Amino acid sequence: MKDDRLLTLGIETSCDETAAAVVADGRIVMSNIISSQIDIHTQYGGVVPEIASRKHLERINDVIQNALNDAEVRASDIDLIGVTYGPGLVGALLIGVAAAKTMAYALDKPLIGVNHMHGHIAANYLEYQELDPPFMSLVVSGGHTEIVNVTDYNKCEKIGGTRDDAAGEAFDKIARVIGLGYPGGPKIDRAAREGDRNAIHFKRVYLEEGSYDFSFSGLKTQALNYLNSERQAGREINTNDVAASFQEAVVEVIADKAVSAALEFKRNKIVMAGGVASNTRLRELLEEKAAEHGIEILKPSPLLCTDNAAMIASAAYYAYRCGERSGFDLDAVPGLEF
Amino acid sequence: MKEIKKGIVELEGRGATRKLGLEIANALEPGDVVALVGELGTGKTALTGYIAEGLGIKEEVVSPTFTIVKLYEEGRIPLAHFDIYRLGGSEELLDVGAGEIIGGRYASVIEWADIAADILPADSLLVHLSYGEGEDERRAEIL
Repeated sequence: MKDDRLLTLGIETSCDETAAAVVADGRIVMSNIISSQIDIHTQYGGVVPEIASRKHLERINDVIQNALNDAEVRASDIDLIGVTYGPGLVGALLIGVAAAKTMAYALDKPLIGVNHMHGHIAANYLEYQELDPPFMSLVVSGGHTEIVNVTDYNKCEKIGGTRDDAAGEAFDKIARVIGLGYPGGPKIDRAAREGDRNAIHFKRVYLEEGSYDFSFSGLKTQALNYLNSERQAGREINTNDVAASFQEAVVEVIADKAVSAALEFKRNKIVMAGGVASNTRLRELLEEKAAEHGIEILKPSPLLCTDNAAMIASAAYYAYRCGERSGFDLDAVPGLEF
Repeated sequence: MKEIKKGIVELEGRGATRKLGLEIANALEPGDVVALVGELGTGKTALTGYIAEGLGIKEEVVSPTFTIVKLYEEGRIPLAHFDIYRLGGSEELLDVGAGEIIGGRYASVIEWADIAADILPADSLLVHLSYGEGEDERRAEIL
């Protein structure tokens, strides 16, 4: 039912998920459809995720219709259309952008192109109704490890990021090497709970003094060297200990840098975003370190941490409120920066 | 591609990897393909970073495992950096639009190129990276 709230339709197809959602006033999730959930039973099971853009094409109309149905609104009730235009896979992004442009044109409603990473941060506005900028944000996912100083709804600055592998990528690769399979992040998290995080010492990589950048490639090599030398010596490898020790080396550096950034910029909140924000040890350690300085840690629920369209709708709403508009020349930008 | 010395190069530390990267960059022309093959941690992304540096790209080269390809426009020749670790084969590489990039105005560097070896041009420069004796040592076999 249409009421006086501003309804945003969000569309997200930047990577593996085809997603659409309806959000009221940038804060209330009316519906949140993620296509891989529909057939999760057939899709799950250690397979490489489907990345073909034609899968997005096959699903996009159904996903949008489901989002409207779930929200109990008609397409004509939508006031604003927001879509991810980068970063991501070009073929995948194009499907969402084309769908959004078509709907905006047909319905004669404003169109907003959204940076996927801004969307991850905006997921927190859906989770925490009272949250307002400014705050420090930690964006950790398969493709990103970034510290972002959020000064307003439409203003943020990346103050640090990975120089090689993202945290989630490092987890995925090590998980594969120690036989845990895909997706690596959750599997490392689970195995680590059974292991001793002090069993193996991996050197933490902090880079230059005062830098908020990350490097996980060397850590990955350290772990591979360890595994090789243990195998050569004929010693049995304790997978849980490797997972716990490796995870600790990754999350400790992330937690330290996020807290330092919050202190330097005098922020009393660190807002987590992205899939790796669901890592239990990262959250635990971050809360521990932040508490010493009276800094609060916020994190969206797992559904809002993964790629979804509700977060895109929320980010679009705030961009719209700040006066932004996209034209029908909106194009996918695969390498879009923060 | 300009002539480049084939054979085995022992890479003793980052400096040697950088030297090889700059040398490869120097030889590249639009449409060329550098196929990088080697286990995790053997320095494929690092070598790509030095190739980018040699092309005059200032932007930091990060692993594009999750977006499969990243394009850099600012160098002497534009660079397409592929990391196809997550892909199941050449068909999936074509699905991400590689057909329109490889062989065009970009020089392409492809990590885990063995996954899609069947569609790479026959004149691709193949660099096989492996672990050396010491922890910081790598070996590059250029074919």
